[in-house]
Amino acid sequence: MRAPTPQAERFSARLWRAWDSDVAWSFRHSPIAIVAALTVVVLLLGAALAPLIAPQNAFDAASLNLMEGFTRPGEPSAVTGRVFLLGTDDQGRDMLSAILYGSRVSLLVGFASVVFSIAIGVSLGLMAGYLGGRTDAFIMRIADIQLSFPAILIALLVFGVARGLIKPQYHEQAAIIVLIIAIGLSNWASYARTVRGSTLVEKNKDYVMSARVMGRSALAIMGRHVLPNVTGPVLVIATINLALAIIAESTLSFLGVGVPPTQPSLGTLIRVGQQFLFSGEWWILFYPALDLVLLALSINLLGDWLRDALNPKLR
Amino acid sequence: MIAYILRSLAQAVMVMLAVALLAFSMFRFVGDPVANMVGQEASVAERAELAERLGLNDPFPIQFFHFVRDMARGEFGMSYRQGRPVRDLLAERVPATVELALLSSLFALVFGIALGVYAAINRRGILANAAMSLSLIGVSLPTFLIGIGLIYLFAVELRWLPSFGRGEVTRLGWWTTGLLTETGRKSLIMPVLTLGFFQLTLIMRLVRAEMLEALRTDYVKFARARGIPERSISFRHALRNTMIPVVTIAGLQFGSVIAFAIVTETVFQWPGLGALFVQAVQFVDIPVMAAYLMFVALVFVVVNLSVDLLYFALDPRLRGTTAAPAR
Repeated sequence: MRAPTPQAERFSARLWRAWDSDVAWSFRHSPIAIVAALTVVVLLLGAALAPLIAPQNAFDAASLNLMEGFTRPGEPSAVTGRVFLLGTDDQGRDMLSAILYGSRVSLLVGFASVVFSIAIGVSLGLMAGYLGGRTDAFIMRIADIQLSFPAILIALLVFGVARGLIKPQYHEQAAIIVLIIAIGLSNWASYARTVRGSTLVEKNKDYVMSARVMGRSALAIMGRHVLPNVTGPVLVIATINLALAIIAESTLSFLGVGVPPTQPSLGTLIRVGQQFLFSGEWWILFYPALDLVLLALSINLLGDWLRDALNPKLR
Repeated sequence: MIAYILRSLAQAVMVMLAVALLAFSMFRFVGDPVANMVGQEASVAERAELAERLGLNDPFPIQFFHFVRDMARGEFGMSYRQGRPVRDLLAERVPATVELALLSSLFALVFGIALGVYAAINRRGILANAAMSLSLIGVSLPTFLIGIGLIYLFAVELRWLPSFGRGEVTRLGWWTTGLLTETGRKSLIMPVLTLGFFQLTLIMRLVRAEMLEALRTDYVKFARARGIPERSISFRHALRNTMIPVVTIAGLQFGSVIAFAIVTETVFQWPGLGALFVQAVQFVDIPVMAAYLMFVALVFVVVNLSVDLLYFALDPRLRGTTAAPAR
C-alpha cells in the first residue's frame, strides 16, 4: 500500500472537518432535513439529466404519436400497446418526460432569478449599510415600498412593461429572460435589508477600521472585507426565496403570462392539465402539480432547517 | 396624536404620488400611446392632432400634473384593447373583488383567531398539532393548486358547487352582490376558501405564538391566582393583548389579499379586477395596468392609515401621547 500523498491527506482532513462541523452534525440528526435534501437532489438530477433519462424528447413534435393521447398511467395504450408510467397528455406526450423537461425550465428560472435578486439586493444592502446617510435612506425607502407590495404584483407589472418594450416577434425568445428579471426584481428587498443590518454591525469592527486606515477604497472594503462576513443569512434567505421563486414562476405561467407553451414549465403543464380535469384525465394535472409541491415543500423544509442550524442561539 | 395622524397622511400622499409617477411613466414611455389609440389608416395629421389633444407635446411636469389631476377625478383614459373607458371597466369589477377579499379576510380572521387560541391553550392536543402541520403545508402550496384541488373535490367529484363565475348577482345601485341569491352564495364558497387559506394559516400561527407569550406573563399568572376562570383569562386577558400584532399583520395582509385575488380570480374565472389585470398584462393594455396599480396603491394606503388609527383604539397607552406606536 502506498503512503497517501500530502494533497490527499489535506483533502481528507478537510473532508473530516466538514463532516465534523456543527452544521453537518445537525444535518445528520435531522431526519426531515435528510429526506428533504434527498428529494431535492433527486428532482434536481431528474431536471439536469432530462435529455438523457427522459423516455422521449417531450417537446419535439416528431416524437409524439397523437394516437397515444390520453393513455392512463401505467396502462398500455389502446392503440400501440406502449406503457407510460405517468400516462400521456392529449397529444400523446409522455407525462414523465414532460415533467422532467418542465422542471428544468422551472428550476432554471428559479435559480437564475434568485441569483439576480441576490446580486441586486446584496450590493444595494452593502451600499446602504456602509455608505449610510442619504444613500441609505433612499435605498431602504425603496425597499420598504417594494416589500409592502406583493411580489406577484410587481412581477406581473415588470412582465407587462417588458412586453410593451420588446417587439412582439421577440416575445417568445425573451420570455424566460423577462421572467427571470421580473421575479428577481420582485424579491431583492429582503436581501438588501438583511445585508444592510449585518453591514452596520461589521463596519465598526477593527478589521474594517484598519482597512480604511490602510487607505483601501470604499468599494474594495465593501467587496473584499465586509461582503464575506455578511453572507451567512443571505444563504438562508436564498434557500427560502428559491422555493418562492419557483412558485412565482409557476404562478405566472399558470396565469398565462410566463414561458411560452413551446417551452413549458411546471406551471404551464398545470395550466394545460386543468382543462382535462372535468373529463376525468386527472394525471395530466396531478403529476406536474405533485412535482411542484414536492420541490417547493422540500426546499422550504431545507431552508427552515438551515436557518435553525446556522442560528447559534438555538444550539 | 393629531400630529401623528397628519404625518401618516402626508406619507400616504407621498406614496400615492410616487406610484402615480410610476403609472405615468408606464403610460408615457411603454409603447406609443398615439399608435395604440388610432387605427392603422390614421393620417399623420390625425396622429399629430391626437398627440396634441392628449397633451403629449407639453413639458413632462405639466403632463404629469394633468395625469395626476385626471387620476384624482377618476379619469383613467380608454382601454387600448376594449376601447371603453377604464373607469367603467373598473366600476364593473370592483364589487366582485371587494366582496371576495372582504369575505375571505373575515373567514381567515374568525377561523385563524379561533384555531390560534385553541392551539395555544391545548398545546399538546392532537387537533392543535394537526392544525399546525397543515398550516406548514399550506405555506408551501401555491394558491392556484389549492383552488384547483377544491374544484376537483367539490365541482368535479361531488358536484356540489359551481366551478366558475359569480352565479346570479343582485344589483344594488352600481354595486353588485352575490350574497342575496343561492347560486351567488354557492359560487362564493370556493374562491373565499382559496383566498382565505393562506391568510388563515398566517393568522393562526401568529395568534398561537402571541398567545403563548401572553400566557406566560405576570398579569395572567396573577389573574389565575385570583381565581378568575380559565376561559375568561384566555379571552379577556391574554387574547386582548395579542390583538395589536394581529390587527397589524391582518391589515398589511389585505394588500396581499388583493394580489392573491389575481390568482384566485383566474382559477375560478371570477369577473373581478385581478382577472382584468392579468388580461391587461397579456395584451399590454397600459391604461388598465396603470389604473389597477393606482387602485391597489390606494387600497394599501387606506388600509395602512386605518391600521395606524386602530392602534389608538386598541392600545389605551397610546392615547394622549404623540409617540408613534412601534410596529
